Amino acid sequence: MRSPRWALRLVVAAAAFAGLFGLELVLEAFVIEYVQRIVLLAGINVILAVALNLINGTTGQFSIGHAGFMAVGAYGAAFFGTQLRPIVEGALGAGALGQAVTFNLALVIGALLAAGAGLVVGVPSLRLRGDYLAVVTLGFGEIIRILFNNAEFLGAATGYFGDDPAGLPAYTTFFWVYAWALATVVAVANLTFSQTGRSLIAIREDEIAAEAMATPTTRLKVLAFTLSAGAAGIGGGLFAHMQAGIRPEDFRFEKSIDMLVMIILGGLGSISGAVIGGIFVAVTLELMRGFQEYRLVLYALLLVSIMLLRPQGLLGSRELTAFLRRKPVQRLH
Amino acid sequence: MTELIQQIINGLSLGSIYALIALGYTMVYGILRLINFAHGEVFMVGAYVGFYTAHAFGVEGYEAAGAAFPLVLAGVVLVASMTACAVLGSTIEFLAYRPVRSAPRLTPLITAIGVSLFLQNVGLLVFGPEPRRYPAILREVRFEIGGVILTNIKLAIFAIALVLMIGLHLFVQRTWTGRAMRAVSINLDAARLMGIDTNRTIRSTFAIGSALAAAAGILFGLDQIMITPVMGVLTGLKAFVAAVLGGIGNIPGAVLGGFLIGLAEQLTAGYVSPDYRDAITFVILIAILLLKPEGLLGVVRQEKV
Repeated sequence: MRSPRWALRLVVAAAAFAGLFGLELVLEAFVIEYVQRIVLLAGINVILAVALNLINGTTGQFSIGHAGFMAVGAYGAAFFGTQLRPIVEGALGAGALGQAVTFNLALVIGALLAAGAGLVVGVPSLRLRGDYLAVVTLGFGEIIRILFNNAEFLGAATGYFGDDPAGLPAYTTFFWVYAWALATVVAVANLTFSQTGRSLIAIREDEIAAEAMATPTTRLKVLAFTLSAGAAGIGGGLFAHMQAGIRPEDFRFEKSIDMLVMIILGGLGSISGAVIGGIFVAVTLELMRGFQEYRLVLYALLLVSIMLLRPQGLLGSRELTAFLRRKPVQRLH
Repeated sequence: MTELIQQIINGLSLGSIYALIALGYTMVYGILRLINFAHGEVFMVGAYVGFYTAHAFGVEGYEAAGAAFPLVLAGVVLVASMTACAVLGSTIEFLAYRPVRSAPRLTPLITAIGVSLFLQNVGLLVFGPEPRRYPAILREVRFEIGGVILTNIKLAIFAIALVLMIGLHLFVQRTWTGRAMRAVSINLDAARLMGIDTNRTIRSTFAIGSALAAAAGILFGLDQIMITPVMGVLTGLKAFVAAVLGGIGNIPGAVLGGFLIGLAEQLTAGYVSPDYRDAITFVILIAILLLKPEGLLGVVRQEKV
């Protein structure tokens, strides 16, 4: 009896997407553009945070250069989106369908490129125990920016704006951001609560014991890292099409720190914590726009004080649903 | 040929700076198994302390008059900066790292990232984001040997770094504190049972490493002329790669790694393209992790369960 469950899931998914579409109409009709932008940024942050949490929180391998993968996704999506646009629109017309197909193809290509970069970075550093991934990703984040700064066909330091003088097309709408955010959260949650997810948690808790239990630790770590990099690439692609263009400066080390704050605040290893953290950072970013130079000092103090006072973050590795579902205490005798 | 020798000389002087910083990374890693991300920022603070003390001694007056800054004062600047950073390093250890020392591995790592970020951004606020020209603590004297240009600054950098490294070697090998440091790096718990004051030993490790980083900061300012509050990130990263290349936890390894990274960077800048001088470090890091993760002089350490 598999078909009813599948049908149910399909109905739920369709209802969720229809709901998103309705919300988009409401948002565009009643909310000013400034707030719309914050809402979009919050959605992108949720994708980034959930992605980073998969490797840093669930698997316990620390990446501090995820802005680099976001940059690969952003540049990949922007560049291939620009190349694909005439072809797709030639076949499907320049209407909503053509745009949607171009955009999503571009996002997927960006995500694949970011995942590829993740594989290249992950294989050498994840074979080892310890904190090498932190250093390698830090280096990668810096180097990828230098490469984009020097890549003439991507606009070098001025940034990439596509072929159109008006800049990259503004494909990123509420519907697409939250559709991808929803898809990312569901996919990561399904992975986390699967048998593979249990192995990832086992690696975080005790790598040696996990290996002794015949868990293929290196392969799973690389898998989690590659998926995480790919999802960050989707965030990057959405980010690129939210504004007219992207510059290497958009993906500085600060961006990686923003992502770290998102997941550490909410609680490493908790998907709902990452969602909360992503929204928190999007809002504080806007609230503190007037005094940017103090923001990172505050984030730094926040990181250190969370580590000293409540290292598990807001939720620890629990989920919000754990608070909703009150299990009756079972007594054995 | 003269071109090559020139590049090698420049590479060695840059490499000695990396080696000094790498020593701090490797000593702390050897003892606590912690990548002290804040170390690059201590290096940056060292450069700025030197900058401000030199100005307090009126270095611009000497520059304007075309006279050399007295060597004694230059020495005072160096010692002042090293002392200030030794205090800074041990304070960081006391306030930020000691409380999380026995916490799970990720907690001290995140703390270190936080401290690094904090120092860097406080530096941006206090010192200002614009690059500063480093005062001429040593007046440059150029001389030419067979087409190769040498400056007294490059020689001084090399000499000061060498003296500090030999000093560190003697300290670690010949003094009680040095012996305690080696014991703690082999096994912290066993060292404590043998009556070693591990807290004091760890504190002195941080102080010594930070003092070396401060010296590196001043030498870096002399060599590269410009300093900024964010210079600690990339330089710190390169020095860390140097420590990994030599074998992390291994003091001679850090020195060897530092010189190799300096040479590689200078040769890439000279013969490939200056754009890729920063990228080569990263290539080396990936290569060493793939081929010989324990480093050139490191030994494979079996993890006991």
